Amino acid sequence: MWKLISVELYKIYKRPRTYIAFGAIAALIVVIQLGLKIDGESYSGFLMKDINDTLSIEGKILNGYLICYILLQLLLVHVPLLVALIAADMISGEANLGTLRLIFTTPYSRTQWVMAKFVAASTYTILLLIWLAFLALFVSIWIFGTDDLFLMKSNYVVLITEGDVMWRYVGAFVFAAFALMTVTSLGFLMSSLANNSIGPIVGTMSAIVFLTILSTLNIPLFSLIKPYLFTTHMNNWKEFFDLQVNADNEAIKGSILNIAKIKNSLIVLTLHIILFVGASVLIVKKKDILS
Amino acid sequence: MSVIEVQDISKQFGTLKAVDSLSFEVQQGDVFGFLGQNGSGKSTTIRMLLSLIHPSSGSIKLFGLPLKEHRNELLEKVGAIIERPDLYPYLTAKEHLQLFAKVRKKHITTSDINATLEKVGLSNRSTDRVQTFSLGMKQRLGIGIALVHNPSLIILDEPTNGLDPQGIADIRHLIQYLAKEEGKTVFVSSHLLSEIEQVASQILIIHKGKKVAGGATRQLLDPNKTIVHITTLNEEAALKAIKVSTFANYLLPRKDGIYFCMPQEQIPLLHKALVMADIPLLNVETKNSLEDYFLQVTSNTQ
Repeated sequence: MWKLISVELYKIYKRPRTYIAFGAIAALIVVIQLGLKIDGESYSGFLMKDINDTLSIEGKILNGYLICYILLQLLLVHVPLLVALIAADMISGEANLGTLRLIFTTPYSRTQWVMAKFVAASTYTILLLIWLAFLALFVSIWIFGTDDLFLMKSNYVVLITEGDVMWRYVGAFVFAAFALMTVTSLGFLMSSLANNSIGPIVGTMSAIVFLTILSTLNIPLFSLIKPYLFTTHMNNWKEFFDLQVNADNEAIKGSILNIAKIKNSLIVLTLHIILFVGASVLIVKKKDILS
Repeated sequence: MSVIEVQDISKQFGTLKAVDSLSFEVQQGDVFGFLGQNGSGKSTTIRMLLSLIHPSSGSIKLFGLPLKEHRNELLEKVGAIIERPDLYPYLTAKEHLQLFAKVRKKHITTSDINATLEKVGLSNRSTDRVQTFSLGMKQRLGIGIALVHNPSLIILDEPTNGLDPQGIADIRHLIQYLAKEEGKTVFVSSHLLSEIEQVASQILIIHKGKKVAGGATRQLLDPNKTIVHITTLNEEAALKAIKVSTFANYLLPRKDGIYFCMPQEQIPLLHKALVMADIPLLNVETKNSLEDYFLQVTSNTQ
């Protein structure tokens, strides 16, 4: 199996398309970091304008941790689209090239090939996330330094002390890995259904956009299905940045407000991964390779 | 020993029966020519031999074992190129061979890979990306991938597509070398019937998914069974004269002209007999090439 995974990783590594996503993420992050470095004062002033009269904040609000949070909010919505570029092409791209028949006449079962391709696509997704984490977190820390993380939620503010932040980011990135692997597996399923590259890529992107809209619309009819849509759960990495409070309304260090929500989301995402990959394996196993 | 045993396989795509109750055997060391017109079911059959397509019915055995149950074990012994030489445009020739060597159970060394590149004439382009290759070079690399793990059975579907005359001759020599010197079994389909005629020891012709002829090339192209086609200004008189002569036994029941299947040495006698009977002969054409045979058997079953 490792042989097949290494072959698939090698093919991903050699494809020029692989680097589009890495380049796009780097370009976006650098532009945002540059903008905040040059004009961060007015940005933080804008953020604080409503609470400046009631709260007095000392220290550096616009630090590396906040920049990373802002970047994740902006990018984790779009990264799935970049993931789809590779994941949705893993099987259909080979069918389109005609190379599927080359690999399926080797002494390995189709299930082994599909699983190897999924592992390789997931590795790519995780590397993309590590790249995002490196640029968004560590480069931001390097440029802007560290301090307490001050977040403004819809009707309250959260202040997380400097020493209590890093593990939350680790948790958020692990959660994001599950979310993006769900997208990878959806792309994979689309890929197993087609013999060309464009259809599954566009199909995956459309499905994500469509399901995200359903997840965010507050219409009672959709509320019934919302808990079962993976897009409803993809943004729950933010739960790592909500703290429990004690009787004096003080934040409890090291706590998470709603850990059950995170667990539930991880279960839903994992079930989706199993469902999508399982369906892909079944489809490819039954498929006649005609291209 | 039978390397390939196909028993009554059929493949149905919707309402189309692409392969219809096809059976044949390929013995070890044979160069087996698999012939048929476009759409006759050749590629579907080859894909079934490689488990790319699941047969609707029937069974396939390779090396005496059922393909369905022993797929992985059997495919280790098979090298194949199917129709077009589709490859990864962003990889080099050498990378292709390294990649496909890696997914074989047996250990394939760098010198094996270099030897394969040499064998298919791509040593000097081994580090070039495939996107810069001509169709002929891609075809040779495809054959290289089929050979890199030194398989016992080589399945080549249209291996001469896109090759120039020198390339075609090279492939012909390679097939002959693989069969004679290395004792490999080669299953080859091609549109170039003259090439198949030169290399194949056994031939199978299929038409509309069904077997229409098959056997040893020497027997199929037996000089005692030469096809003779005569053209005359008065076909009716010619037929009348033939039917009362000793040549009546050689007459073929065809509606598209007067055809005989007869020993070669009888042809001058036929010619003489027709002249003696005052039949105005325009042409006496002998047909004993594989192409003639192929056209004869496929046109008979239109």
